[in-house]
Amino acid sequence: MSDIQTINRPQSKIILLTEQEAGFARKEVRRYRRTAFFMVAPLLLFLLFAFVAPIGTMLHRGFYSPVVANLIPTTLEHLTTWDGENIPDDATITQLAVDFKRLAADRTSGKFAEAINRNMPGASSTIKSTARKLRKVEDAELKQNGVALLLKANKKWADPQIWFAIRKAGQTYSDTHYLKALDLERNNQGELQIRKSAQIYIQLYTKTLKLALYITLTCLLLGYPLAYYLANAPAKSANLLMIFVLLPFWTSLLVRTTSWIALLQTNGVVNSFLMSIGITSEPLEMLYTEFSTIIAMTHILLPFMILPLYSVMKGIDPTYMKAAMSMGAKPIPAFIKIYLPNTLPGLSAGALLVFIISVGYYITPALVGGTDGQMISNIIAFHMQQSNNWGLAAALGTLLLVLILALYWLYDRFVGASNIKLG
Amino acid sequence: MIKKQKFPDYYTIWHKLGHYAIKYVAYLVLVFLIVPILVIIPLSFNVEPYFTFTEGMVKFDPAAYSLRWYESMYTDPNWHLALKNSLVIGIFATLIATILGTMAAVGLSSTHMPFKRLVMALLLSPMIVPLIIIAAGMFFFYAKFGLAGNYAGLIIAHAVLGIPFVIITVTATLTSFDRSLYYAGLSMGASPLKTFFDVVVPMIRPGVISGAMFAFVTSFDEVVVVLFLAGPGQRTIPRQMFSGLREQINPTILAVATVLIAIAVMFLVTLELLRRRSDRLRGLDEHA
Repeated sequence: MSDIQTINRPQSKIILLTEQEAGFARKEVRRYRRTAFFMVAPLLLFLLFAFVAPIGTMLHRGFYSPVVANLIPTTLEHLTTWDGENIPDDATITQLAVDFKRLAADRTSGKFAEAINRNMPGASSTIKSTARKLRKVEDAELKQNGVALLLKANKKWADPQIWFAIRKAGQTYSDTHYLKALDLERNNQGELQIRKSAQIYIQLYTKTLKLALYITLTCLLLGYPLAYYLANAPAKSANLLMIFVLLPFWTSLLVRTTSWIALLQTNGVVNSFLMSIGITSEPLEMLYTEFSTIIAMTHILLPFMILPLYSVMKGIDPTYMKAAMSMGAKPIPAFIKIYLPNTLPGLSAGALLVFIISVGYYITPALVGGTDGQMISNIIAFHMQQSNNWGLAAALGTLLLVLILALYWLYDRFVGASNIKLG
Repeated sequence: MIKKQKFPDYYTIWHKLGHYAIKYVAYLVLVFLIVPILVIIPLSFNVEPYFTFTEGMVKFDPAAYSLRWYESMYTDPNWHLALKNSLVIGIFATLIATILGTMAAVGLSSTHMPFKRLVMALLLSPMIVPLIIIAAGMFFFYAKFGLAGNYAGLIIAHAVLGIPFVIITVTATLTSFDRSLYYAGLSMGASPLKTFFDVVVPMIRPGVISGAMFAFVTSFDEVVVVLFLAGPGQRTIPRQMFSGLREQINPTILAVATVLIAIAVMFLVTLELLRRRSDRLRGLDEHA
């Protein structure tokens, strides 16, 4: 009703709403806001449970390692009073000996050995052999003679190093995994230092970024001319040729990976072809290398580069280039000064998207990458499934997530998240 | 009919060379895009258990071709189970993603939506966050709620992955939706709900359908989450292909791949028809 009254007012330069009308308007806006929000709310709740909470759990997992703390709680309690200079006092050692028997009986000593071994390579065999020796000793005997028995079982127990490892692994919450993922560690005094044993993860991140960069550049190199050609071709043939871009886009990822295996393997199509026309007499080793990862992923991600480039190039007025060239500009300077800057929005959209997707890729490197072409995702999967070091997997995953979110933030800033093109 | 290319008078030989260079590079890239997909099809008819062309195949010897891999796909109960699983998970995940996603996209298109940009970035993030991170997180979290190793967990997980696609396609149709049509309906006395279903829904339907198709294909093609969440009873087609490629390479995979290519072609055609319909509804049809 208030709307109609406003419209029917006599014409004047400034229409002032009455207090009541302004109130109506405010109420109306609030109602719109509420309606809009309630439309989005179910999805937000769903994603909170099904997507955000799982990722939160993973971040938590990187700090949280309850295994050792649950296995030998009493020993760890004793260790809190340990000075860290010599081997711990007799009560602590006796308690561990008693715990050892229980672990062996519960068949959890393997789990314990695995957890300590991560902090101190080689500790696994010490623990396993000790567990074997203490398994059959009477409880009373253990309580009486625990110190002597443990030290007799393996001479490593006289070395403070293994006790450090146990104390460290016994922390329910620790930054160990995150430090390890950054190739750092804490020494026995708790100071940060660069990890002495294998520094592999920083190198792995660098390699992942390098591969992603190569893939992005290859996509750009192949995608730019094609997008240019399609954008400037007559509509009919452009639509037809666009099918060549969209069909791979819609074809299963596993199908495309399968075909690269068929093409690149030692007795595969490419090698047979090269040998039949005499370019090479020996088959080339192309599959299971960095090369196969790059080429297969370029093929898979190329449409993500072409589509945004194409839609930007479609909107560029061809008279710009014509004007420049008819006035005598050489093609290459004209291209660099006029055409290229106009395509930058599409170029950055495509390049960022391809880079973001390739940094976190798992399937294709896992199937065609061999050992050379593995990326960070593959190592995360390895720690999740094979080595069962979930804490480290979670820490590596968190670092990857931080990297991706930083790139996504850039993408949202420069391109706008809602501008992702889907053909 | 081949027309001779006409160049403007100011074109030098370098302009012309550049023109042809771009053209041939573009064709080469198209070949790079399409050949790896087409090469699968003849290989799937190979009589030998190899992933390559035999001499007989090159000479078009009929004896070098056979349907044995299609037969083994058709008779293997593992592939039957995989197909059933893929369809069940895909259909239910698509339903959830489409319903929640469409509602959210309508809400998001309102100018009054609070924190629009932030919410949009959040809703689209399942597309950006690496699958391995999503899968690992779900592996930790879903197990607590009994959602690991069964259909429910996979359906929920795949719905999450499909949602960004529904949001993108529906938002795209809504931005070109003329809101005055909605107000016209209201002004003629229809209730907001009736106007929504009679005016808005038919207009955004092509966007909803193509979003649903994207969501379905995403689920149908997804393997990382399945690797982490599925029990042995929930192996899907891509999961079956993944283990086939990793463990024992068997050309049955090529037959399955050919069928999947045929499905992709069908989806592509349907989408193109939808796009034309959508353009026609808003009077954008170039042929009209």
